[in-house]
Amino acid sequence: MKEQNISILEQRFQEKIDNDIKIEPRDWMPDNYRQTLIRQISQHAHSEIVGMLPEGNWITRAPNLRRKAVLLAKVQDEAGHGLYLYSATETLGADREELIDDLHSGVAKYSSIFNYPTVTWADMGVIGWLVDGAAIMNQVPLCRCSYGPYARAMVRVCKEESFHQRQGFEIMTNLMKGTSEQKAMAQDAFNRFWWPSLMMFGPSDADSKHTEQSVKWKIKRHTNDELRQMFVDATIPQAELIGLTIPDKDLKWNEERGHYDFGEINWDEFWQVVKGNGPCNKDRVDTRRRAKEEGMWVIEAANAYAEKIKVRKAS
Amino acid sequence: MTNKEWPLWEVFIRSKQGLSHKHVGSLRAADAEMAIENARDVYTRRSEGISIWVTESNNMFASNPNEADSLYEPSDSKIYRHPTFYEVPDGIEHM
Repeated sequence: MKEQNISILEQRFQEKIDNDIKIEPRDWMPDNYRQTLIRQISQHAHSEIVGMLPEGNWITRAPNLRRKAVLLAKVQDEAGHGLYLYSATETLGADREELIDDLHSGVAKYSSIFNYPTVTWADMGVIGWLVDGAAIMNQVPLCRCSYGPYARAMVRVCKEESFHQRQGFEIMTNLMKGTSEQKAMAQDAFNRFWWPSLMMFGPSDADSKHTEQSVKWKIKRHTNDELRQMFVDATIPQAELIGLTIPDKDLKWNEERGHYDFGEINWDEFWQVVKGNGPCNKDRVDTRRRAKEEGMWVIEAANAYAEKIKVRKAS
Repeated sequence: MTNKEWPLWEVFIRSKQGLSHKHVGSLRAADAEMAIENARDVYTRRSEGISIWVTESNNMFASNPNEADSLYEPSDSKIYRHPTFYEVPDGIEHM
């Protein structure tokens, strides 16, 4: 009887999804749907927070005040995006502190792109342009995700993120108009970030264990390979326009498909970085952990102050 | 005791004079003052609002989605509550 009830509930749930009716926090949902969302949204939240670190690296060394103000605003946006996303996980009954502990203990994943170092100023350009560009490609379809709070968070994130990509492309454009050293710096950053940016879309469809169910639940609207192709098609003309060379000898326009063909991604590198062996994995997690430990006095002081005010008001 | 997690707050923003406050999201803060300051930083960075309300989430009470049918279905059958239910003869204006 109980199993029968669940199958009726699941059927009604799927009907809502099929009819594009959003699922809201207090609605019945299959446990797997809830767990899938908590996993995906928390990884997304962690990516925003860890994503502040490679750029934070350059705030004090931005080449001028305008660039510095822009970079500060971008990093502040990312903190906000992390907050929207952690809030969305809380509507699913997740415990934010537990999720953050999972990040700090290395159990939780975040976007592998942030495990690469940012060694020159051009990396700020290429991250805004490619990394935020790839993120937008992923996030725009998520605005129509079946889970209401996630979809609403994504609408805000996408609105805010469009400036991130433009400011990055502006940095690249200016460098490519500069001295031969500046051009070389831009090309070098592009060479280092091109392939990791393509990896941001995740494993190929054949190896993606979550895609099929997520598409059925309308958590995902496109597969990893579809999004990756969209990104390549959109980005190549931009790179060519400012005179960058794409570091892929197999890249060529395929007239028949109406898409670019591109070379094979180094999946061994992808899995190595996912598993924690990228150039900066340890450094990123250590920095996060230290930030929490060293910032704990702020949490404690604010609690003590709130308590004192409460007592004073009561007396 | 002092390192307990800050409580969750719900944030409502009035985007301009003449419009009502609308729920925009939530955040954590130690007290109401901090909740408003954080809401300003997080939810009004691009001129989204001119007034902020916050309330602790555990003060919110909500209807049960499982009762939606019995709560809202009865109004579907009362179409005479809508002006389009009534026939107005041709030639009648201002009604």
